[in-house]
Amino acid sequence: MEFLLYLINGISMGSIYAIIALGYTMVYGIAKMLNFAHGDVIMVGGYVSFYATTYATGQLLGDNPSETAVGVATLVSVLLAMIVCTVLGVIIEGLAYRPLRQAGSLAVLITAIGVSYFLQNAAQLLFGANPKNFTSVIGGQLSLFDGQLRISNVALLTVVACVVIMIGLTLFTGRSKMGKAMRACSEDKGAAQLMGINVNRTISLTFAIGSALAAIAGVLLCSYSPVLQPTTGSMPGIKAFTAAVFGGIGSIPGAMLGGILLGIIEALAQAYISTQLSNAILFAVLIVVLLVKPSGLLGKYVPEKV
Amino acid sequence: MKQNKKSSGGLGQYFKQMKTANKVDYATYLGVILAFVIVSVCQSQGMLNRSMTGMLVPICCYVCMAVSLNLTVGILGELSLGHAGFMSVGAFTGIIASMSLQSSIPNPVVRLVISLVLGALLAAVVGVIVGVPVLRLRGDYLAIVTLAFGEIIKELINCLLVGYDKNGLHIALNIDGTKTVQSLGLREDGFAIIKGAQGAAGNERIASFTAGFVLVMITLIVVLNLVRSRAGRAIMGLRDNRIAAESVGINITKYKLMAFVISAALAGAAGALFGLNYSSITAAQFDFNTSILVLVYVVLGGLGNIWGSVVAATVLYVLPEALREFSDYRMLVYAIVLILVMLATNNPVLRGYFGRLTEKFHRQPQAAAQKGGVGHE
Amino acid sequence: MSKPKRPETKLVPVPSVNKIPERDVDKSPILECQHLGIDFGGLTAVNEFNMAIGRTEIAGLIGPNGAGKTTVFNLLTKVYQPTRGTVLLDGVDTHNMSTAQVNRAGIARTFQNIRLFDNLSVEDNVKIGMHNHIRYPMWSGVFRLPSYWKKEKLAHESALELLSIFDMQDLANAKAGSLPYGAQRRLEIVRALATNPSLLLLDEPAAGMNPSETADLMENIVKIRDTFNIAILLIEHDMSLVMGICEGICVLNFGQIIAKGTPTEIQNNPEVIKAYLGDQKEV
Repeated sequence: MEFLLYLINGISMGSIYAIIALGYTMVYGIAKMLNFAHGDVIMVGGYVSFYATTYATGQLLGDNPSETAVGVATLVSVLLAMIVCTVLGVIIEGLAYRPLRQAGSLAVLITAIGVSYFLQNAAQLLFGANPKNFTSVIGGQLSLFDGQLRISNVALLTVVACVVIMIGLTLFTGRSKMGKAMRACSEDKGAAQLMGINVNRTISLTFAIGSALAAIAGVLLCSYSPVLQPTTGSMPGIKAFTAAVFGGIGSIPGAMLGGILLGIIEALAQAYISTQLSNAILFAVLIVVLLVKPSGLLGKYVPEKV
Repeated sequence: MKQNKKSSGGLGQYFKQMKTANKVDYATYLGVILAFVIVSVCQSQGMLNRSMTGMLVPICCYVCMAVSLNLTVGILGELSLGHAGFMSVGAFTGIIASMSLQSSIPNPVVRLVISLVLGALLAAVVGVIVGVPVLRLRGDYLAIVTLAFGEIIKELINCLLVGYDKNGLHIALNIDGTKTVQSLGLREDGFAIIKGAQGAAGNERIASFTAGFVLVMITLIVVLNLVRSRAGRAIMGLRDNRIAAESVGINITKYKLMAFVISAALAGAAGALFGLNYSSITAAQFDFNTSILVLVYVVLGGLGNIWGSVVAATVLYVLPEALREFSDYRMLVYAIVLILVMLATNNPVLRGYFGRLTEKFHRQPQAAAQKGGVGHE
Repeated sequence: MSKPKRPETKLVPVPSVNKIPERDVDKSPILECQHLGIDFGGLTAVNEFNMAIGRTEIAGLIGPNGAGKTTVFNLLTKVYQPTRGTVLLDGVDTHNMSTAQVNRAGIARTFQNIRLFDNLSVEDNVKIGMHNHIRYPMWSGVFRLPSYWKKEKLAHESALELLSIFDMQDLANAKAGSLPYGAQRRLEIVRALATNPSLLLLDEPAAGMNPSETADLMENIVKIRDTFNIAILLIEHDMSLVMGICEGICVLNFGQIIAKGTPTEIQNNPEVIKAYLGDQKEV
């Protein structure tokens, strides 16, 4: 029973990684860049949602708000976070990454790191360095087996959100016109442009989607570990990036699989081996997987043509 | 032999015949020596305040870090995001060596040299362990695995307990979080050197600016001479075109590993010097952000451009200090400067504009001498 | 098609099914492929490739686009490990050798899409070619010991000498990536020669060259063979070059050898005409 509990925790934490990893993997697939600022967009999403709910419960809803009112406020705060992050993502892409479209990948990487520093320090100035206590937006839990197994509603919601997002994205990239344009851009930007696809707009759209996902991930992440500070996004960001690589970077189902596996490994390692070394174990598994499958679990291996 | 023949034709003649690459190398050595002399004179005259004096050794360490990382990223052409891991290995090895040799080798200079050598050696060993699997991967996959190794090294050192007594070193790994220094079973005369996540505290600070200068010079000589030799050409060849390098009979694995391990060893020595410059140090100081910081120096200094790394590391290390008047805003300003510099140096339109500016600047005769290095990528 | 410039060599059989020029027959062939083949995931790219090359032969490998010519080069240099068959280099089986090992054993090559070390100087490109026979240890280079100065001087002189084959010694300090196309092709040949091969593989050496450059190249290829006494196998679409300098020619279509022989034999072979021009010409 204990094992099941750890497993469920792992899956739900992994779902958050998966949502973040989806953002990483989409941006990588199309812009071929490692967007290190992605983790910090998560943090911004968390802060927006935090201030929105605090404002709503403090100013708008009065002393004894009904459950529906809180629910609506929460939903609005999540939407607001998504809007802010989407706008932020598109602005970052337009100002910092677009001018470097022709430059080497390292130049873009360093710029992304600059953006990451910027967001962290801007957040510190705006919101203060002190951690904020994020009250989980979704309370309650589900009891199974006469209370032996308790699953929080946040966990359930996370898993559901992750599955819905993944199915939605797969359909979007597979079926829709914009999705096809995205795939075309990821194969060959020059050729896509010649076929009349607006490459810049497609990349902006990718950033918009990735950032909106980051906002959702931010809210869910803060519901899990209620401490919100300017560096909140970095470590989950790195782990989600690992998850994206683990599953095969550029692949949407791969990001999902990688994220969830990462969550499970982390939860089990923490429970059964060592809390101190859980990250080390996580990364060790990643290394082993990459040595066996050099392009990740679901990635395509493209040999160099001679 | 070759030198003697040439110098008989006059030193000026020799300098003219020398390749641009060699001129840049000697200019780099000369620049570092001059900087050392000037700073030392200023220091002895009391012209440096305490915060500036405190920065001298770390600057030397970060210069070495940047130059050694440039060997991996610029010369070998593989992105490494875990360079701080080797620094960390070097730092803690250096501290362990220095503390446990305290009674047997009282002379701090000898102890410093031994600590640095041991730090470099152990970092090289870790470099081999990391390099063998990592270098089979390519591109971003390689980058993420170096990041992973950096984090693994950090967490392992975070769990490390090391103590020393008459019986020698006692080492334990605090895996389940229950062990403390007591579980090392030290004798009464023993003392703890590394206390897990608290790191090492109460160290004797034996690093000095002179040692830093010597280490920078050694690093420069090793890297620059390597680049201009048979092995260095093989390394750059496999960077430029792996398949062509294989087709002319170059053992890819050997030279990749060679560059990676030398880079790790130099980072280890830099780490040892860094560790011995502070009375307390923790593994968390050598995290992913430190690796990134050094990478920023390398990229801004120019890939494969060694003197660029030296300048970039120095300037960017001092910059946050110089931005002190912005107080709370200084890291924000730092981030903006970083983004703007990247845009200015890599955007074709902006670069064209700056290119015209530097051209004007270069027409002035004094600047002409430097030109060889400026456009070098 | 221009007429062959040189007297045609007589091809004589070696103990197996293959033929090599008469003058090389007292020595074993430098290269011999037996039943060589490779499949890419069920698709047979090359099959039953049998060929021998004499010690000083200039051989040609021709065939329509997609026939598998470059794949044969990749098999010989172990960029791909063959699915079946053997490659004997100077009588030694190259089974399980890596690309680098095959080069050290004596095969050097150029590439269809030029692969130079673009950021290095022309001289350094050639020096990398000498990597395996002008050697000194890594630490000798780092500490600039006497062996470093001696060997570097030797490498510098040899590099200039090799470059002078194509009159390129003045370009020694230029960046390889900035050379014009023709010079890059020539540099690739020099770099391959620098590895001291006994068999040189040239993948479309005349691609993108005008007729007078091609004529120069033909002369140079023959000169290289005569100076270094090595065998050369080349892939080329320019029939004037192939018919002009090759002694034995092998025609490949859909991964299979459809004809082998001297230039005259090949020119009159109905199978070859069919492969190049299509069926209706025969009627």
